[in-house]
Amino acid sequence: MAEAPALRPEGTETPALRLEGVTCTFPSPDGRGSTYTAVQGVSFTVAAGEFVSIVGPTGSGKSTLLNVAAGLLEPSEGRAFAFGQLVNGINPLAGYMFQAEALMPWKSALENVAAGLEFRGVSKREAEERARPWLARVGLDRFGDRYPHQLSGGMRKRVALAQTLIVDPKIVLMDEPFSALDIQTRQMMENELLDLWSADRKSVVFITHDLEEAISMSDRVLVLSAGPGARLIGEYPVDLERPRDVAEIRMTPHFLDLHREIWGQLREEVLKGYAQTKLK
Amino acid sequence: MAVARTKRLPSRPVILLLQVAVLIGFFLLWHVLTATNILSPFFFGTPLAVLERTWNDFASGVIWYHLGITLLETALAFAIGTVAGIAFGFWFARAPLVSVVFDPYIKAVNALPRVVLAPIFALWLGLGIWSKVALGVTLVFFIVFFNVYQGVKEVSPVVLANARMLGASNRHLFRHVYLPSALSWVFSSLHTAVGFAMVGAVVGEYLGSAAGLGYRIHQAEGVFDTVGVFSGMLVLTIFVVVIDVVVTVIEKRLLHWRPQEAQTTNAQG
Ligand SMILES: Nc1ncnc2c1ncn2[C@@H]1O[C@H](COP(=O)(O)OP(=O)(O)OP(=O)(O)O)[C@@H](O)[C@H]1O
Ligand SMILES: [Mg+2]
Repeated sequence: MAEAPALRPEGTETPALRLEGVTCTFPSPDGRGSTYTAVQGVSFTVAAGEFVSIVGPTGSGKSTLLNVAAGLLEPSEGRAFAFGQLVNGINPLAGYMFQAEALMPWKSALENVAAGLEFRGVSKREAEERARPWLARVGLDRFGDRYPHQLSGGMRKRVALAQTLIVDPKIVLMDEPFSALDIQTRQMMENELLDLWSADRKSVVFITHDLEEAISMSDRVLVLSAGPGARLIGEYPVDLERPRDVAEIRMTPHFLDLHREIWGQLREEVLKGYAQTKLK
Repeated sequence: MAVARTKRLPSRPVILLLQVAVLIGFFLLWHVLTATNILSPFFFGTPLAVLERTWNDFASGVIWYHLGITLLETALAFAIGTVAGIAFGFWFARAPLVSVVFDPYIKAVNALPRVVLAPIFALWLGLGIWSKVALGVTLVFFIVFFNVYQGVKEVSPVVLANARMLGASNRHLFRHVYLPSALSWVFSSLHTAVGFAMVGAVVGEYLGSAAGLGYRIHQAEGVFDTVGVFSGMLVLTIFVVVIDVVVTVIEKRLLHWRPQEAQTTNAQG
């Protein structure tokens, strides 16, 4: 596996992630050659150290875009670049926290967190030693020897977070990571993530349904239109000061202004998206 | 332990008691029917004679040799069939062309009643243990093969993608993803596989051999020794039950990561 290049020129213009005119067309499940274009001509960049959220109605193609960025899905048209390198196959600079359950059910929580290190050639014992503090960081130090089915949905998400971050990816792709959590745990995890992020400023692409979450976490919010052929239709810089407390910042007038502005646009798309899904 | 709420069953000791009662009832009925000559003791034996014969066989030690032979055949058939099944299962699951081409033949061979192969194996491999092992292998192989194939195919694509994003090479994927998934399917069919290994051994012995439990039963049948036949069946049953218990223990050990039926422990334990 290629390691991240040691000498990454700091302060240069190379964005951490760049998508260029990405179009993804899937064969329709009904066969007969008909196709469904999920996203069309989507381009955006994420600067090194930037936290970008993508919001959009359900089924618009958010996960699809993330799969392209991760190198798991080859777009029908367009390209993705990670720190200037064309993404062709698995993107070795990216960590991906999936929307669906992705833990290995036959490994305990600790072993799951340690897996990424083991794949990088660290001995099992050492990998598990290094995994322990990560489990503690997501509040699961007492649950290391539980198997995924013995954990709650929220706990599994936390294990997945530790599993993704332990290998220190330069780009972190997160697909609705906290949507399974209750509101208190969720805000705790959001703050925890912001803390972790501010420590070493990884580039983050964060997908969420929740506009408040998007605004309170990010430097920039991108709005995706309803499918088919979803496009990026809005881009909103979030100039709220950091460090932030996700719960408190929601009360500030500037936050509310931003929210009103973005929601005005998103609402229409959500309604369209809902109508679309019902039609299908 | 409490199991997910279903209809209430009596507690475990009560169930065990009922199970023993059924066993005793069966032997009593058998005893009464044969003692009153409603069933002829010549054709049906008598429970006391069967128990006595079984006891004597164990006490004198003759049965141990035959048990050992059957056990050896079973173990060999199981081991060879499992290893071959795993190897071919993986190969077929990872090579779609091979699996598509061979699919009808695999199905055809699997549909063949394996008993008809016994005489052929006896011809090829003689009357020793290997003809029985071969018969057992043909039974075990397909169970393991289909389960491994399924296990490799059924790996969640998200789990796979996640492992790859975490940096897993093909070798890592095999060891950390495909193998555990396939093995869980193999272990879940362990009871069937071991059972079939034994069926292969006993049927093979029955159809032609000089040792083993199947041979004992065949011998007894040849001289109309019904007590001997029933005694052989009894020993065989005990043998099966013991092996099944062992398999259950192994299974619990190896599949501890799998969700059982939802279980909680309450105060009484
Ligand atoms: N492999 C595939 N084959 C066919 N269609 C697909 C495939 N993957 C995604 N799609 C379609 O592409 C569209 C976008 O899917 P995607 O999973 O990216 O949506 P999403 O924005 O992540 O939705 P959600 O917010 O509900 O997770 C959907 O209409 C979906 O049906
Ligand atoms: Mg999604």
